[in-house]
Amino acid sequence: MTALLTIIVLVFILVATWQMVKIFDLAQAKNESATPGVATDKDNSVNGYLMMGFLAFIYVITIVSFVKWGDLPLMSNSASEHGPTIDSLMVITMIVIFVVQTITQFLLHYFAYKYKGEKGKKALFFADNNKLEAIWTIIPVIVLAGLIIYGLNTWINIMGVDESDDPLIVELYAQQFNWKARYGGADNTLGKANVRLIDIDRANILGLDEADPNAQDDIITTELHLPVGRPVLFKMRSQDVLHSAYMPHFRAQMNCVPGMITQFGFTPTVTTVEMRETAQMQEKVTRINKIRVEKSKKLLAKNEEALERYEFDYLLLCNKICGKSHYNMQMKIVVETQEEYDAWIAEQKEFKNSLVN
Amino acid sequence: MSAHADTHAHDDDHGHHHKETFVTKYIFSQDHKMIAKQYLITGTIMGVIGVLMSMMMRMQIAWPEEPNVLFEALLGKWAPDGVMDADIYLALVTIHGTIMVFFVLTAGLSGTFSNLLIPLQIGARDMASGFLNMVSYWLFFLSSVIMVISLFVEAGPAAAGWTIYPPLSALPLAQGGSGMGMTLWLVSMAIFIASSLLGSLNYIVTVINLRTKGMSMTRLPLTIWTFFITAVIGVISFPVLLSAALLLIMDRSFGTSFFLSDIFIQGEVLHYQGGSPVLFEHLFWFLGHPEVYIVILPAMGLVSEILASNSRKPIFGYRAMIASILAIAFLSTIVWGHHMFISGMNPFLGSVFTFTTLLIAIPSAVKAFNWITTLWKGNLQMNPAMLFSIGFVSTFITGGLTGIILGDSALDINVHDTYFVVAHFHLVMGISALYGMFAGIYHWYPRMFGRMLNKNLGYIHFWVTAVCAYGVFFPMHFIGMAGLPRRYYTNSNFPLFDDLANVNVIITIFALIGGVVQIIYLYNFFSSIFYGKKSVQNPWKSTTLEWTAPVEHMHGNWPGEIPHVYRWPYDYSKPGHDSDFVPQNIPLKDGEEELQH
Repeated sequence: MTALLTIIVLVFILVATWQMVKIFDLAQAKNESATPGVATDKDNSVNGYLMMGFLAFIYVITIVSFVKWGDLPLMSNSASEHGPTIDSLMVITMIVIFVVQTITQFLLHYFAYKYKGEKGKKALFFADNNKLEAIWTIIPVIVLAGLIIYGLNTWINIMGVDESDDPLIVELYAQQFNWKARYGGADNTLGKANVRLIDIDRANILGLDEADPNAQDDIITTELHLPVGRPVLFKMRSQDVLHSAYMPHFRAQMNCVPGMITQFGFTPTVTTVEMRETAQMQEKVTRINKIRVEKSKKLLAKNEEALERYEFDYLLLCNKICGKSHYNMQMKIVVETQEEYDAWIAEQKEFKNSLVN
Repeated sequence: MSAHADTHAHDDDHGHHHKETFVTKYIFSQDHKMIAKQYLITGTIMGVIGVLMSMMMRMQIAWPEEPNVLFEALLGKWAPDGVMDADIYLALVTIHGTIMVFFVLTAGLSGTFSNLLIPLQIGARDMASGFLNMVSYWLFFLSSVIMVISLFVEAGPAAAGWTIYPPLSALPLAQGGSGMGMTLWLVSMAIFIASSLLGSLNYIVTVINLRTKGMSMTRLPLTIWTFFITAVIGVISFPVLLSAALLLIMDRSFGTSFFLSDIFIQGEVLHYQGGSPVLFEHLFWFLGHPEVYIVILPAMGLVSEILASNSRKPIFGYRAMIASILAIAFLSTIVWGHHMFISGMNPFLGSVFTFTTLLIAIPSAVKAFNWITTLWKGNLQMNPAMLFSIGFVSTFITGGLTGIILGDSALDINVHDTYFVVAHFHLVMGISALYGMFAGIYHWYPRMFGRMLNKNLGYIHFWVTAVCAYGVFFPMHFIGMAGLPRRYYTNSNFPLFDDLANVNVIITIFALIGGVVQIIYLYNFFSSIFYGKKSVQNPWKSTTLEWTAPVEHMHGNWPGEIPHVYRWPYDYSKPGHDSDFVPQNIPLKDGEEELQH
């Protein structure tokens, strides 16, 4: 309903503008000596001022965006070891962008205002200047060289997997429209698997090779638990279409591709409990809960169920279009101490015990 | 000393050869000017569909739980009781992308202005092959019709995203839209590519062979340079998409395994083995990335021309502009991997693509600075075309700068496929190219229809659109940086993002205003064809050859001899001349130097 009302209002505004333009046209028709449809000195002047107004608008929307939405928990509150390196690269890049944006937009709109046309004035015939062009070729080259070197360094550090760290091996298994995690068990080695071996009747839902000794102690879960401080190496698999394992708080993402195994590794550094206690997160959760309470009131008025109170959890989201319920393909991630993790994993069923005969 | 001094000297028989009927003049026309108008009007109709879709998506994102009368009216069975279905949301995403990128900003933009301007600006009677040109348009028309028909198939239109990555696009079991809808999508695109290739080859041949006497490559207007290079990129990259589409058709219909392997879906194992979806991604983006330059380069050309003409100044750094067009074209073919940093491709390749991608910023920066310098100390005529051109430079900078983030593989990890990407590419290629197209339409409308567009409506159109474009896409960066993935039908399953809902409402309101205000433009466009004020021959006092042709269209463009060219196209406010522009067909005065820029 809101949408329809909005549209109706917009159409009315449209009609009103229309009429105003007609009046404007009629008023102008008398004293328009120049070619019809071509800007007059007055048009140049009005639009010149509007250009300055627009520059102000760009600056205002920039400032408002940063003030209102610039508190970006996903840019400053990373929960993985490599997270801060990405964040600082991001901040440096943003500063470069901000400076260039502010200056170039100023020049563009200021020139549009300052040099607005007047009859009889003649423009400066200025077709070329090698020095100037050299300057604005070389400066970007230097800045970009810096960003490229910094960026590539960061990238190589993140993507390079050091097997000697003895990372915890976890398989992330994607299917329309949910996630599973598979742990290697005591030997930290994943058993062989292929979707051709899937046997729903025997509850072999991930297609593990039942004959593979490494597969026997594998553990399949619907929540992802990670011990804090230990490197994790994810092996991604998909059984049907492309999915993408996106773990924004850990600055981690990798596609899951049917027919191949992809990988991504990181070390979680902040437990779920610790993250919930940070001031920034508490503020965010309070804000969200306020919104949810408001929404719940409306829902209750319509005799619908109220929303649950929100509590922060790390999430794994699907971030590659994968079909109808793509928008709800998620898995909870729990980062905890080694002891908590050990206790949790001990409760889970091993593969050999989960089969139905 | 006008070009027309000699035009009445002898009676030119051009144009009297053909007896024109309604059909040969307006429908199966081989005249490049008529074909340009056909492209423009078809592109406009497709654009209206594409924009309507985006408005529906925005309403769904802002008010996900609420029934919407518009949905019920426009989506029918896909919106029971006015609540949008999740499948149709993805279909809207897909078809909106496809229509806007290919049908509006490739065919509608490049098709219109390459056809209109290439013969007129290089001094040719028509395209090298008028027949191929006609075939090219009608193939485009056919592909548009098929694409529109695909919206009405039983199981829904294609819904795998405009990138149609398999297996989602290959398996009807994975998604309703991957059945008949996807088949029609692929057929439509295959025909579209054929159309585009015919057009491109024609443009290339025409530019190389049919330039008038004196029109050397370094006297070509920048518009022609960009159309020419765009056509070259198209010829290099579109066939690769065609092959990808054909292989996908094979996988879908004939059981091959080019892109598919090891799939278990809906309780059954499929026979596919050994293929790779990543291969498809490579093939797709080998076109897909050059495609964004196919979209933006012609807009750059139009804008360069309009900025110079309306600043009454030469374009700054003509040769540097050509060099940067060439550099962008070359680099555009070796950066496709930046769409695939996290596709499972070898990370080393990611490094290479980061390097090449960030290099593109250099020629782009040169262009932006040259445009800004073109304004400096000009005598700016603020016609609507000029406003859209300045707007183009503004959004191109804003959108282009965030490319430095996305092109950097390390940063891409966290913003890949979020709304940050949506904001980036809409500003840098969507809005910018659209501005380029609008600028071109406002500027060359008198050349197309012999009448002027209403400038006051033009001003309102520009200013409201400009405010809305920033209002939509600027805040969108921030919800992306907060981690909100794109292509989600609703975000209400993620309380984590609840505090972004109000931003989405703001964005949607700007989007609705921006969408509705295009009605002003449509009204202006269509009513001015019949009721617009009659145009004079050269209303903007430009130097290029198209303005030396008579207002009334005629076969062969010029009565009498084709004008000869004696100078580059940017002699605006040249010292030593009384007038502030010297058309290209005016010979140099005694002792006048032709500046070599």
